[in-house]
Amino acid sequence: MSEFEPKIVAFVCNWCTYAGADLTGTSRIKYASNVKIVRFPCTGRIDFMLLLKAFAEGADGIIVSGCHPNDCHYTSGNFHARRRWVIFRGLLNFMGIDVNRIQFSWVSAAEGAKWADVVNGTVTTIRELGPYTEYRKAADYLVQQDKSIIDGQEALIKSVSSL
Amino acid sequence: MIEKKPAIAGNSFSGELQKTANELLQSGEVELFIGYEEGTRFPRPCFIASTDEVGKLIFDDRCTGNLAVYLTRKDLIGDKKVGITASYFALRSILRLLTEHQIQLDKLVVLTVSAEKEVIRFATTDDITAYLQTAPIPVREDDKALIEKLNAMSREERWEFWSAELSKCFKCYACRAACPMCYCTKCIVEENRPQWIQPWASTLANIEWHINRAMHMTGRCADCGACGAACPLGLPIHLLSHQIVQEVTDNFALDVNQAVSGDNALSTFKPEDKENFIK
Repeated sequence: MSEFEPKIVAFVCNWCTYAGADLTGTSRIKYASNVKIVRFPCTGRIDFMLLLKAFAEGADGIIVSGCHPNDCHYTSGNFHARRRWVIFRGLLNFMGIDVNRIQFSWVSAAEGAKWADVVNGTVTTIRELGPYTEYRKAADYLVQQDKSIIDGQEALIKSVSSL
Repeated sequence: MIEKKPAIAGNSFSGELQKTANELLQSGEVELFIGYEEGTRFPRPCFIASTDEVGKLIFDDRCTGNLAVYLTRKDLIGDKKVGITASYFALRSILRLLTEHQIQLDKLVVLTVSAEKEVIRFATTDDITAYLQTAPIPVREDDKALIEKLNAMSREERWEFWSAELSKCFKCYACRAACPMCYCTKCIVEENRPQWIQPWASTLANIEWHINRAMHMTGRCADCGACGAACPLGLPIHLLSHQIVQEVTDNFALDVNQAVSGDNALSTFKPEDKENFIK
Protein backbone atom coordinates (compact mmCIF):
# COMPACT_ATOMS: atom_id res chain seq x y z
CA MET A 1 0.00 0.00 0.00
CA SER A 2 1.31 3.40 -0.91
CA GLU A 3 2.04 5.82 1.88
CA PHE A 4 -0.13 8.92 2.29
CA GLU A 5 1.52 11.86 0.54
CA PRO A 6 0.34 15.10 2.13
CA LYS A 7 -0.51 18.07 -0.05
CA ILE A 8 1.02 21.20 1.44
CA VAL A 9 0.43 24.74 0.27
CA ALA A 10 3.01 27.32 1.29
CA PHE A 11 2.05 31.00 1.31
CA VAL A 12 5.32 32.89 1.32
CA CYS A 13 6.48 36.47 0.98
CA ASN A 14 8.43 37.51 -2.09
CA TRP A 15 11.34 39.18 -0.29
CA CYS A 16 12.47 36.67 2.30
CA THR A 17 11.00 33.18 2.23
CA TYR A 18 10.61 32.96 -1.54
CA ALA A 19 14.22 34.04 -1.96
CA GLY A 20 15.16 31.64 0.85
CA ALA A 21 13.41 28.78 -0.95
CA ASP A 22 15.32 29.77 -4.09
CA LEU A 23 18.53 29.49 -2.12
CA THR A 24 17.54 26.02 -0.92
CA GLY A 25 17.37 25.01 -4.57
CA THR A 26 20.58 26.70 -5.70
CA SER A 27 22.35 25.20 -2.68
CA ARG A 28 21.23 21.76 -3.93
CA ILE A 29 19.56 20.94 -0.63
CA LYS A 30 17.03 18.15 -1.07
CA TYR A 31 13.64 18.52 0.58
CA ALA A 32 10.14 17.05 0.38
CA SER A 33 8.38 17.72 -2.91
CA ASN A 34 4.90 17.86 -1.31
CA VAL A 35 4.89 21.61 -1.11
CA LYS A 36 3.33 24.01 -3.59
CA ILE A 37 4.60 27.52 -3.14
CA VAL A 38 2.38 30.54 -3.65
CA ARG A 39 4.27 33.82 -3.77
CA PHE A 40 2.90 36.99 -2.19
CA PRO A 41 4.32 40.51 -2.03
CA CYS A 42 4.29 40.37 1.77
CA THR A 43 2.96 38.28 4.65
CA GLY A 44 0.68 41.22 5.38
CA ARG A 45 -1.04 40.42 2.08
CA ILE A 46 -1.89 36.83 3.06
CA ASP A 47 -5.62 36.96 3.72
CA PHE A 48 -6.88 34.37 6.20
CA MET A 49 -9.50 33.33 3.65
CA LEU A 50 -6.70 32.01 1.42
CA LEU A 51 -5.79 29.51 4.13
CA LEU A 52 -9.39 28.37 4.47
CA LYS A 53 -9.69 28.05 0.68
CA ALA A 54 -6.55 25.92 0.57
CA PHE A 55 -8.04 23.51 3.13
CA ALA A 56 -11.35 23.41 1.28
CA GLU A 57 -9.64 22.70 -2.04
CA GLY A 58 -7.67 19.74 -0.74
CA ALA A 59 -4.63 20.92 1.19
CA ASP A 60 -3.73 18.72 4.16
CA GLY A 61 -1.30 21.25 5.59
CA ILE A 62 -0.34 24.87 5.15
CA ILE A 63 2.89 26.79 5.63
CA VAL A 64 2.79 30.55 6.06
CA SER A 65 6.20 32.13 6.01
CA GLY A 66 7.82 35.52 5.63
CA CYS A 67 10.53 37.87 6.81
CA HIS A 68 11.75 37.88 10.39
CA PRO A 69 10.40 40.70 12.59
CA ASN A 70 12.13 43.99 11.77
CA ASP A 71 13.17 42.65 8.34
CA CYS A 72 9.98 43.37 6.41
CA HIS A 73 10.55 44.96 3.00
CA TYR A 74 7.55 47.18 3.75
CA THR A 75 8.71 47.87 7.34
CA SER A 76 5.74 46.44 9.22
CA GLY A 77 3.77 43.98 7.06
CA ASN A 78 4.94 40.99 9.06
CA PHE A 79 4.09 42.65 12.39
CA HIS A 80 0.55 43.22 11.19
CA ALA A 81 0.38 39.69 9.84
CA ARG A 82 1.59 38.28 13.16
CA ARG A 83 -1.26 39.98 15.03
CA ARG A 84 -3.77 38.63 12.55
CA TRP A 85 -2.38 35.10 12.89
CA VAL A 86 -2.54 35.24 16.68
CA ILE A 87 -6.25 36.06 16.54
CA PHE A 88 -7.03 33.75 13.62
CA ARG A 89 -5.28 30.81 15.20
CA GLY A 90 -7.14 31.31 18.48
CA LEU A 91 -10.47 31.43 16.66
CA LEU A 92 -9.75 28.34 14.55
CA ASN A 93 -8.75 26.39 17.63
CA PHE A 94 -11.93 27.46 19.41
CA MET A 95 -13.94 26.20 16.42
CA GLY A 96 -12.09 22.90 16.38
CA ILE A 97 -10.21 23.48 13.15
CA ASP A 98 -6.82 21.77 13.40
CA VAL A 99 -4.26 24.55 13.91
CA ASN A 100 -1.45 21.97 14.01
CA ARG A 101 -1.87 21.76 10.25
CA ILE A 102 -0.78 25.35 9.81
CA GLN A 103 2.91 26.02 10.28
CA PHE A 104 3.90 29.65 10.65
CA SER A 105 7.56 30.51 10.27
CA TRP A 106 10.08 33.25 9.60
CA VAL A 107 12.57 32.26 6.91
CA SER A 108 14.98 34.91 5.61
CA ALA A 109 16.56 35.02 2.16
CA ALA A 110 19.76 33.60 3.67
CA GLU A 111 18.10 30.63 5.38
CA GLY A 112 17.93 28.07 2.60
CA ALA A 113 18.60 25.24 5.03
CA LYS A 114 15.90 26.45 7.43
CA TRP A 115 13.34 26.39 4.60
CA ALA A 116 14.16 22.76 3.90
CA ASP A 117 13.75 22.06 7.65
CA VAL A 118 10.40 23.82 7.83
CA VAL A 119 9.04 21.93 4.83
CA ASN A 120 10.38 18.55 5.97
CA GLY A 121 9.10 19.13 9.50
CA THR A 122 5.64 20.08 8.25
CA VAL A 123 5.45 17.11 5.91
CA THR A 124 6.35 14.77 8.79
CA THR A 125 3.72 16.33 11.07
CA ILE A 126 1.01 16.18 8.41
CA ARG A 127 1.94 12.63 7.46
CA GLU A 128 1.28 11.66 11.09
CA LEU A 129 -1.97 13.62 11.21
CA GLY A 130 -3.25 12.07 7.99
CA PRO A 131 -5.43 13.64 5.30
CA TYR A 132 -7.67 16.50 6.40
CA THR A 133 -10.90 14.88 5.26
CA GLU A 134 -12.85 16.31 8.20
CA TYR A 135 -12.72 19.81 6.76
CA ARG A 136 -13.24 18.74 3.15
CA LYS A 137 -16.37 16.89 4.19
CA ALA A 138 -17.84 20.21 5.26
CA ALA A 139 -16.77 21.58 1.90
CA ASP A 140 -18.67 19.01 -0.10
CA TYR A 141 -22.02 20.58 -0.72
CA LEU A 142 -23.70 17.84 -2.74
CA VAL A 143 -22.73 15.01 -0.41
CA GLN A 144 -24.46 16.84 2.39
CA GLN A 145 -27.69 17.24 0.54
CA ASP A 146 -30.38 14.76 1.28
CA LYS A 147 -30.13 12.14 -1.40
CA SER A 148 -33.92 12.13 -1.67
CA ILE A 149 -33.84 15.69 -3.01
CA ILE A 150 -31.57 14.62 -5.85
CA ASP A 151 -33.64 11.47 -6.46
CA GLY A 152 -36.78 13.58 -6.45
CA GLN A 153 -35.32 15.90 -9.06
CA GLU A 154 -34.33 12.96 -11.24
CA ALA A 155 -37.85 11.53 -11.01
CA LEU A 156 -39.24 14.92 -11.95
CA ILE A 157 -36.94 15.21 -14.97
CA LYS A 158 -37.96 11.70 -16.05
CA SER A 159 -41.67 12.43 -15.75
CA VAL A 160 -41.29 15.68 -17.67
CA SER A 161 -39.27 14.09 -20.46
CA SER A 162 -41.77 11.22 -20.79
CA LEU A 163 -44.62 13.66 -21.47
CA MET B 1 -49.28 68.41 28.71
CA ILE B 2 -48.44 64.78 28.15
CA GLU B 3 -50.49 61.89 29.24
CA LYS B 4 -48.40 59.74 31.55
CA LYS B 5 -49.01 56.06 31.14
CA PRO B 6 -48.98 54.07 34.37
CA ALA B 7 -45.45 53.04 35.28
CA ILE B 8 -44.75 49.35 34.86
CA ALA B 9 -44.22 47.45 38.08
CA GLY B 10 -40.58 47.57 39.17
CA ASN B 11 -39.84 50.38 36.76
CA SER B 12 -40.15 53.39 38.95
CA PHE B 13 -37.13 54.92 37.21
CA SER B 14 -38.82 54.94 33.81
CA GLY B 15 -40.50 58.13 34.99
CA GLU B 16 -37.26 60.03 35.23
CA LEU B 17 -36.15 58.74 31.84
CA GLN B 18 -39.46 59.78 30.30
CA LYS B 19 -39.09 63.23 31.85
CA THR B 20 -35.58 63.62 30.42
CA ALA B 21 -36.67 62.42 26.98
CA ASN B 22 -39.62 64.80 27.08
CA GLU B 23 -37.38 67.76 27.89
CA LEU B 24 -34.94 66.84 25.13
CA LEU B 25 -37.68 66.54 22.52
CA GLN B 26 -39.50 69.66 23.67
CA SER B 27 -36.41 71.86 23.62
CA GLY B 28 -35.54 70.51 20.19
CA GLU B 29 -32.20 69.28 21.44
CA VAL B 30 -33.05 65.94 19.88
CA GLU B 31 -35.44 65.27 17.02
CA LEU B 32 -35.55 61.51 17.46
CA PHE B 33 -35.27 59.48 20.59
CA ILE B 34 -34.23 55.81 20.40
CA GLY B 35 -35.23 53.74 23.40
CA TYR B 36 -37.10 50.68 24.55
CA GLU B 37 -40.81 50.08 24.95
CA GLU B 38 -42.66 47.11 26.36
CA GLY B 39 -42.93 44.34 23.76
CA THR B 40 -44.96 41.13 23.64
CA ARG B 41 -42.37 39.08 25.50
CA PHE B 42 -39.34 41.33 25.77
CA PRO B 43 -38.78 45.05 25.56
CA ARG B 44 -38.34 46.16 21.97
CA PRO B 45 -36.76 49.20 20.35
CA CYS B 46 -38.94 52.24 19.84
CA PHE B 47 -38.34 55.44 17.93
CA ILE B 48 -39.93 58.51 19.38
CA ALA B 49 -40.23 61.72 17.40
CA SER B 50 -42.90 63.54 19.39
CA THR B 51 -43.44 64.22 23.07
CA ASP B 52 -46.85 62.47 22.92
CA GLU B 53 -45.10 59.13 22.83
CA VAL B 54 -42.50 59.43 25.59
CA GLY B 55 -44.84 57.62 28.00
CA LYS B 56 -43.87 54.37 26.24
CA LEU B 57 -40.23 54.58 27.25
CA ILE B 58 -38.85 52.03 29.65
CA PHE B 59 -35.37 50.95 30.64
CA ASP B 60 -34.52 48.02 32.87
CA ASP B 61 -32.32 44.94 33.12
CA ARG B 62 -34.20 43.22 30.32
CA CYS B 63 -33.18 45.95 27.86
CA THR B 64 -30.01 44.22 26.72
CA GLY B 65 -30.33 44.68 22.95
CA ASN B 66 -27.79 46.98 21.37
CA LEU B 67 -29.57 50.11 20.17
CA ALA B 68 -26.31 51.57 18.82
CA VAL B 69 -27.01 49.58 15.64
CA TYR B 70 -29.55 52.24 14.60
CA LEU B 71 -27.07 55.11 14.87
CA THR B 72 -25.43 54.31 11.54
CA ARG B 73 -28.72 53.84 9.72
CA LYS B 74 -28.81 56.84 7.41
CA ASP B 75 -32.37 56.07 6.28
CA LEU B 76 -33.53 56.32 9.88
CA ILE B 77 -31.32 59.06 11.26
CA GLY B 78 -30.48 61.27 8.29
CA ASP B 79 -29.17 64.56 9.66
CA LYS B 80 -31.30 64.42 12.76
CA LYS B 81 -30.06 65.00 16.26
CA VAL B 82 -30.63 61.80 18.14
CA GLY B 83 -31.07 60.77 21.75
CA ILE B 84 -30.47 57.19 22.80
CA THR B 85 -30.80 55.09 25.93
CA ALA B 86 -27.75 52.90 25.80
CA SER B 87 -27.23 49.66 27.67
CA TYR B 88 -23.76 48.87 29.01
CA PHE B 89 -22.74 47.15 25.77
CA ALA B 90 -24.33 49.80 23.56
CA LEU B 91 -22.08 52.35 25.29
CA ARG B 92 -19.06 50.32 24.19
CA SER B 93 -20.38 50.23 20.64
CA ILE B 94 -20.96 53.98 20.69
CA LEU B 95 -17.33 54.51 21.74
CA ARG B 96 -16.18 52.30 18.89
CA LEU B 97 -18.42 54.03 16.34
CA LEU B 98 -16.99 57.36 17.48
CA THR B 99 -13.44 56.02 17.12
CA GLU B 100 -14.29 54.88 13.61
CA HIS B 101 -15.85 58.28 12.78
CA GLN B 102 -19.21 56.76 11.97
CA ILE B 103 -21.19 58.99 14.33
CA GLN B 104 -20.69 62.48 15.76
CA LEU B 105 -21.04 63.19 19.44
CA ASP B 106 -22.36 66.72 18.85
CA LYS B 107 -25.44 65.28 17.16
CA LEU B 108 -25.98 62.68 19.82
CA VAL B 109 -27.36 62.66 23.35
CA VAL B 110 -26.27 59.50 25.11
CA LEU B 111 -28.24 58.45 28.16
CA THR B 112 -28.15 55.42 30.35
CA VAL B 113 -29.82 54.33 33.55
CA SER B 114 -27.34 53.30 36.22
CA ALA B 115 -27.71 50.43 38.66
CA GLU B 116 -28.78 53.06 41.22
CA LYS B 117 -31.62 53.84 38.81
CA GLU B 118 -30.32 57.29 37.97
CA VAL B 119 -30.53 58.70 34.48
CA ILE B 120 -27.01 59.60 33.40
CA ARG B 121 -26.24 61.86 30.49
CA PHE B 122 -22.77 61.59 28.99
CA ALA B 123 -21.09 64.73 27.72
CA THR B 124 -17.75 63.32 26.56
CA THR B 125 -16.23 60.03 25.56
CA ASP B 126 -14.13 60.16 28.72
CA ASP B 127 -17.35 60.14 30.76
CA ILE B 128 -18.50 57.02 28.91
CA THR B 129 -15.14 55.30 29.44
CA ALA B 130 -15.19 56.20 33.13
CA TYR B 131 -18.72 54.83 33.49
CA LEU B 132 -17.81 51.60 31.69
CA GLN B 133 -14.91 51.06 34.04
CA THR B 134 -16.96 51.47 37.19
CA ALA B 135 -20.37 50.04 36.27
CA PRO B 136 -20.84 46.29 36.73
CA ILE B 137 -20.55 44.30 33.49
CA PRO B 138 -23.78 42.40 32.82
CA VAL B 139 -23.05 38.67 32.96
CA ARG B 140 -24.65 36.02 30.76
CA GLU B 141 -24.64 32.81 32.76
CA ASP B 142 -25.72 30.49 29.91
CA ASP B 143 -22.81 31.66 27.79
CA LYS B 144 -20.33 31.15 30.59
CA ALA B 145 -21.50 27.57 31.04
CA LEU B 146 -21.34 26.83 27.30
CA ILE B 147 -17.85 28.31 26.98
CA GLU B 148 -16.64 26.16 29.85
CA LYS B 149 -18.19 23.12 28.21
CA LEU B 150 -16.52 23.94 24.88
CA ASN B 151 -13.13 24.58 26.44
CA ALA B 152 -13.29 21.23 28.20
CA MET B 153 -13.90 19.44 24.87
CA SER B 154 -11.22 17.96 22.65
CA ARG B 155 -10.55 19.66 19.34
CA GLU B 156 -12.47 16.98 17.45
CA GLU B 157 -15.51 17.44 19.69
CA ARG B 158 -15.38 21.20 19.22
CA TRP B 159 -15.29 20.70 15.44
CA GLU B 160 -18.28 18.36 15.69
CA PHE B 161 -20.11 20.92 17.78
CA TRP B 162 -19.45 23.90 15.54
CA SER B 163 -19.89 22.14 12.21
CA ALA B 164 -23.20 20.72 13.43
CA GLU B 165 -24.38 24.08 14.78
CA LEU B 166 -23.27 26.11 11.79
CA SER B 167 -24.66 23.62 9.28
CA LYS B 168 -28.11 24.79 10.44
CA CYS B 169 -27.41 28.41 9.53
CA PHE B 170 -29.43 29.48 6.48
CA LYS B 171 -27.68 32.81 6.05
CA CYS B 172 -30.47 35.20 6.83
CA TYR B 173 -27.75 37.62 8.02
CA ALA B 174 -29.81 38.67 11.04
CA CYS B 175 -26.50 38.53 12.95
CA ARG B 176 -25.11 41.12 10.59
CA ALA B 177 -28.18 43.33 10.76
CA ALA B 178 -28.14 43.28 14.57
CA CYS B 179 -24.49 44.26 14.87
CA PRO B 180 -23.62 47.96 15.28
CA MET B 181 -20.20 47.26 13.79
CA CYS B 182 -21.55 45.72 10.57
CA TYR B 183 -22.21 49.05 8.90
CA CYS B 184 -20.27 48.42 5.66
CA THR B 185 -22.32 49.30 2.62
CA LYS B 186 -20.76 46.39 0.77
CA CYS B 187 -20.16 43.22 2.72
CA ILE B 188 -17.79 40.41 1.79
CA VAL B 189 -20.76 38.11 1.18
CA GLU B 190 -22.12 40.46 -1.46
CA GLU B 191 -18.74 40.61 -3.13
CA ASN B 192 -18.45 38.25 -6.09
CA ARG B 193 -15.16 39.22 -7.67
CA PRO B 194 -13.71 37.11 -6.17
CA GLN B 195 -16.50 35.11 -4.64
CA TRP B 196 -14.84 34.49 -1.30
CA ILE B 197 -17.80 32.78 0.27
CA GLN B 198 -20.26 30.71 -1.71
CA PRO B 199 -23.71 32.25 -1.42
CA TRP B 200 -25.59 29.06 -0.59
CA ALA B 201 -26.01 27.81 2.94
CA SER B 202 -23.70 24.80 3.00
CA THR B 203 -21.72 23.88 6.09
CA LEU B 204 -18.42 25.18 4.75
CA ALA B 205 -19.86 28.40 3.37
CA ASN B 206 -21.57 28.99 6.72
CA ILE B 207 -18.37 28.32 8.64
CA GLU B 208 -16.48 30.68 6.35
CA TRP B 209 -19.09 33.38 6.81
CA HIS B 210 -18.99 33.14 10.58
CA ILE B 211 -15.19 33.11 10.66
CA ASN B 212 -15.19 36.23 8.52
CA ARG B 213 -17.80 37.92 10.65
CA ALA B 214 -15.83 37.21 13.81
CA MET B 215 -12.46 38.18 12.30
CA HIS B 216 -13.87 41.49 11.04
CA MET B 217 -14.92 42.24 14.63
CA THR B 218 -11.40 41.97 16.00
CA GLY B 219 -10.84 44.77 18.49
CA ARG B 220 -14.20 46.28 17.58
CA CYS B 221 -16.68 43.90 19.13
CA ALA B 222 -18.45 45.17 22.25
CA ASP B 223 -19.22 41.58 23.25
CA CYS B 224 -22.91 42.49 23.53
CA GLY B 225 -24.16 39.17 22.16
CA ALA B 226 -26.69 40.88 19.88
CA CYS B 227 -25.68 38.64 16.95
CA GLY B 228 -26.50 35.49 18.89
CA ALA B 229 -29.70 36.99 20.28
CA ALA B 230 -30.80 37.92 16.75
CA CYS B 231 -30.23 34.44 15.35
CA PRO B 232 -33.62 32.89 14.56
CA LEU B 233 -32.13 29.45 15.11
CA GLY B 234 -30.52 30.40 18.40
CA LEU B 235 -27.04 29.39 17.23
CA PRO B 236 -24.41 30.53 19.75
CA ILE B 237 -22.53 32.55 17.12
CA HIS B 238 -21.84 35.38 19.57
CA LEU B 239 -19.36 33.04 21.26
CA LEU B 240 -17.12 33.35 18.20
CA SER B 241 -16.81 37.10 18.53
CA HIS B 242 -16.55 36.62 22.29
CA GLN B 243 -13.56 34.37 21.67
CA ILE B 244 -11.97 37.11 19.56
CA VAL B 245 -12.49 39.60 22.40
CA GLN B 246 -10.76 37.09 24.67
CA GLU B 247 -7.85 36.66 22.26
CA VAL B 248 -7.36 40.42 21.97
CA THR B 249 -7.41 40.76 25.75
CA ASP B 250 -5.00 37.90 26.34
CA ASN B 251 -2.53 38.58 23.57
CA PHE B 252 -2.41 42.33 23.13
CA ALA B 253 -3.03 43.32 26.74
CA LEU B 254 -6.02 45.42 25.70
CA ASP B 255 -9.22 44.93 27.65
CA VAL B 256 -12.40 45.30 25.65
CA ASN B 257 -13.14 48.81 26.94
CA GLN B 258 -9.65 49.93 25.94
CA ALA B 259 -9.92 48.16 22.61
CA VAL B 260 -13.17 49.84 21.64
CA SER B 261 -12.03 53.31 22.62
CA GLY B 262 -8.44 53.18 21.49
CA ASP B 263 -6.22 51.92 18.73
CA ASN B 264 -7.33 49.25 16.34
CA ALA B 265 -6.17 45.82 17.36
CA LEU B 266 -5.19 44.68 13.88
CA SER B 267 -3.97 47.81 12.13
CA THR B 268 -1.49 48.58 14.89
CA PHE B 269 1.21 46.38 16.37
CA LYS B 270 3.99 46.27 18.88
CA PRO B 271 7.36 44.83 17.87
CA GLU B 272 7.36 42.98 21.19
CA ASP B 273 4.00 41.26 20.56
CA LYS B 274 4.22 37.76 21.96
CA GLU B 275 3.57 34.55 20.07
CA ASN B 276 4.74 31.01 20.63
CA PHE B 277 3.78 29.25 17.41
CA ILE B 278 6.07 30.75 14.77
CA LYS B 279 9.08 28.61 13.92
